[in-house]
Amino acid sequence: MDEQYDVIVLGTGLTECILSGVFSVEGKKVLHIDRQDHYGGESASLSLTQIYEKYRPGEQPRQSLGRDRDWNIDLIPKFLMANGELTNILVHTNVTRYMEFKQISGSFVYRDGKIAKVPSNEMEAIRSPLMGLFEKRRMKRFFEFIGNYEEGNPSTHQGLNLDRNSMNEVYTKFGLESGTKDFIGHAMALYLDDDYLTKPARETVERILLYVKSMARFGKSPYLYPLYGLGELPQGFARLSAIYGGTYMLDKPVDEIVYEDGVAVGVRSGDEVARAKIIIGDPTYFPTKVRKTGKVIRVICVLTRPIPNTDNADSLQIVIPQNQVGRKHDIYIAMVSTAHNVSSKGHYLAIVSTICETDNPLNEITPAMHLLGPVLEKFVGVEDLLEPIDDGTKDHVYISKSYDATSHFETTTDDVKDIYERIEGKPLVLKQRPADDEENFTAFE
Amino acid sequence: MAVARDSTSSTRFAQFKLVLLGLDSYMLLSLLADGRLFRLSCQTTGCTDCFAYLGESAVGKSSLVLRFVKDQFDDYRESTIGAAFLTQTIALDESTTIKFEIWDTAGQERYKSLAPMYYRNANCAVVVYDITQAASLDKAKSWVKELQRQANENIIIALAGNKLDLDAKRQVETAAAEAYARESGLLFFETSAKSGENVTELFTAIAKRLPLETASTRQRTAPKGVDLNRPNRRAPAASNNGCTC
Repeated sequence: MDEQYDVIVLGTGLTECILSGVFSVEGKKVLHIDRQDHYGGESASLSLTQIYEKYRPGEQPRQSLGRDRDWNIDLIPKFLMANGELTNILVHTNVTRYMEFKQISGSFVYRDGKIAKVPSNEMEAIRSPLMGLFEKRRMKRFFEFIGNYEEGNPSTHQGLNLDRNSMNEVYTKFGLESGTKDFIGHAMALYLDDDYLTKPARETVERILLYVKSMARFGKSPYLYPLYGLGELPQGFARLSAIYGGTYMLDKPVDEIVYEDGVAVGVRSGDEVARAKIIIGDPTYFPTKVRKTGKVIRVICVLTRPIPNTDNADSLQIVIPQNQVGRKHDIYIAMVSTAHNVSSKGHYLAIVSTICETDNPLNEITPAMHLLGPVLEKFVGVEDLLEPIDDGTKDHVYISKSYDATSHFETTTDDVKDIYERIEGKPLVLKQRPADDEENFTAFE
Repeated sequence: MAVARDSTSSTRFAQFKLVLLGLDSYMLLSLLADGRLFRLSCQTTGCTDCFAYLGESAVGKSSLVLRFVKDQFDDYRESTIGAAFLTQTIALDESTTIKFEIWDTAGQERYKSLAPMYYRNANCAVVVYDITQAASLDKAKSWVKELQRQANENIIIALAGNKLDLDAKRQVETAAAEAYARESGLLFFETSAKSGENVTELFTAIAKRLPLETASTRQRTAPKGVDLNRPNRRAPAASNNGCTC
């Protein structure tokens, strides 16, 4: 460990592992350390035993749950958008070849006490039970506008200017009802609150397009999920980093960040010091350099049957828009199962999450818990959302943000790009990694 | 694992994931390619006999070769760059071809930092020790234990005592290692990456143990998941009736 590196990365969460992979591929000498004995940090998938250790120390897992090795329980519920940036990064870096992905079977939204599929195109809007007859027509016209919109062709803009008109004004133009706005803004554009309504419409339209295009890509839902759980993602990028020379040390305590004249120059573990000009890490490694921006509650629920009223979907997302339950932030349910090799046969894993608004967050998620049906086991976690106070350009310590309450990885990849730019002073441009990179010694095909 | 039958002939083709473990497992990447032997070997502690000898077919194709030669193995890490996903094809008999997708540890085993992903769905494993280093067998045993704990229960594990060419410096007796292998249900070979002795035999023995028969009942194993590399199917405007469920 007593060596000079270009970059030292602390924590093996997804953000850190992507950056580690990117820098190793670029030829930098990377040392990647985790104080825990497993990959993934806050974004790990844990075995049953590890989950009990974390949430109920001293207690044994229930016998009926089956074998420990069949379980890969995510700590953070998120899905990949099929057309999103993480998918793009996976393809460009060829990390796809270490993993298999499967679709999430359904995308649902809560309206007026019931759940229904989120319509993603004109045809589905017509069939959707979410809207009355006239509203369906209005929705259809709205979808046509989104689908036909071309930047360079003003005749497709229907008199709207996406940079000047607010999303509220766009909704008004198509005469959409407030319940319809709820599912467009929250189940398609995937906003957590209603702040977007008064902002220029462009970002919302882009988010809706991402949803619609992701949906169109594989069919059942816009979401993808890696077999064996989300913890495979950091492992995949860690492998990429290792293949390009990155050194990995798990279960390695980090005792001190070493500074000289206020600038970080290395990391001390016991009496070893590794030196580097750039230190990257997750917020848990830098408690004095981060601030709290909120709290998230995440409740991991083990079910023995699919969630009611979902056509027995083996995996799904349900968005409960804030307005529908009198809140400021949406509640999410993300469910996966044996179909994704994350639970033993006959078990389903649902994670309910939201941003806490009161001192009794468990109470806040009641509407979601009601939708789940009987819950066999429940593990409750309330965690702080943290972000760096400084951008790292002064002390050369570049800190990532906590995984937020959004249901996908778009904000994670934004953070990756942001950290890269803070370090390099230029935007991250991914080059396609040659397909045969690891098959140089192929005997014959 | 995937099995397919070529419709134009009766050739059976199966693919298996093989993981390599043990401090100098790279030495076993001495594989027979296209009739010409090419060998990869790597630095191990105090080892001066290791060298990279690559057949024509591989020379110049890879930056790995250059690194190997240039760095003279003074850095263990360097020796694995770009070489973590080799494939090796073996013709088991006239009608059966087996392709091994060989995963090496990319150096992550050095600090006991191997990801579970590595064991995931592995059909077979080669655990290597050095017959001239008694301690390396203990290390191999701990890898076997780890495999039995983490990998598929049906995984086929082969124990390979390497550096057979250095028999004079032997510290591990064949009988002792063989007895351990028998007890633990492992295939056992003593090999030499330098001379190539027993390397093909090792891979062939693994190939013969693989569950070809059960696998071949399926005509073609469709990938379980979706292909992210596939381009977009259609434009959103034309995505009517996208939902099929």
